[in-house]
Amino acid sequence: MKGSNEPVFWSLFGAGGVLSALIGPVLILITGIAVPLGFLLPEDTLSHANVLAFVQHPLGKLALLTVIALFLFHGCHRMLHSLHDLGFRTGTRAAFGFYGFATLGTVMTALLLLIW
Amino acid sequence: MPDATTRTIEIECFRYDPETDAKPRFQRYQVPFTDDMSVLQGLQYIKDHLDGSLTFRWSCRMAICGSCGKMINGVPQLSCHSFLRDYYPRRVRVEPLNHFPVIRDLVIDQSGFLDHLETVKPYLIPKEEQPLAAGPQRQTPLQMDRYYQYSQCINCLLCYSACPQFGLNPDFTGPAALALLHRYNADSRDQGWSARREVTNAEEGVWSCTLVGYCSEVCPKGVDPAHAINQNKVNSTLDYFGILKFLLPRGDAK
Repeated sequence: MKGSNEPVFWSLFGAGGVLSALIGPVLILITGIAVPLGFLLPEDTLSHANVLAFVQHPLGKLALLTVIALFLFHGCHRMLHSLHDLGFRTGTRAAFGFYGFATLGTVMTALLLLIW
Repeated sequence: MPDATTRTIEIECFRYDPETDAKPRFQRYQVPFTDDMSVLQGLQYIKDHLDGSLTFRWSCRMAICGSCGKMINGVPQLSCHSFLRDYYPRRVRVEPLNHFPVIRDLVIDQSGFLDHLETVKPYLIPKEEQPLAAGPQRQTPLQMDRYYQYSQCINCLLCYSACPQFGLNPDFTGPAALALLHRYNADSRDQGWSARREVTNAEEGVWSCTLVGYCSEVCPKGVDPAHAINQNKVNSTLDYFGILKFLLPRGDAK
């Protein structure tokens, strides 16, 4: 039997799962509810100046890259396997599509963070 | 107080004889039952009194042998372990276990599972053969805890019927065989990781599982195959990145 390369994607999926479970809800609360509705946090929390300062700090860059890359790999892995569960034939091409999308997103994020 | 009065329940059975039938059909029987009667006893009543041609497997009648698994109202169950009183006054529908070829009526062909079971080498593989003269190999309660629940598997195949991945791909080694793989991997007397690593690491091994968890839910013996498989996804990942060999606590019989 041929050894599977799944450990690579499962590790990324697992790391993304842990991270999304830990900070996903809080991110939604901050960016989607608290700041737009103007409660709990100061109005300028997500102002351009604040966000730019965050993006320009090395730790901010690392945090953004980690969150975006791992969330992407987690979501893509889940969708690929859900398609299989729903009876779609998901071969190498589908895997390339989904993981390719996550890789592309990761690389673009890294480039953008480098430029800023 | 158990009710000793006799009531009548309708049992609807899946019928199929590949030698004479073009396709399967369902047949209904009116079966008198008392409160203490299992679905298996209902089937036995049919065979003894109503229709001798109904074919099904059974042996021990007490959830030990694992022969009488069926789909009962769509749920994989041991027919000796489910009771007619719990379905009355509705009808009980009995079908062969899902995801297996049907030999006749409620009897399935489990040879595919037996092939999978063989691949996991479900026996102790020690680094060095222990002579009988060495006496018993003692284990602490903690060492026994690590594998005990997995050793309770009776190969009844309910977990295979519950597993949507096995339904999609019968090459998947499957819940019971992988739970038994873990039963030996987790035993302090075993050093057989290398002998079982190929089947573990394969796509048809632990990586076909998507942790649906229904296998663990339907197990009549309290085995948790989903957990066993996930533990071996961790092992397989560590092995893939070349870390596992440093972590095997008891070494490896290679």
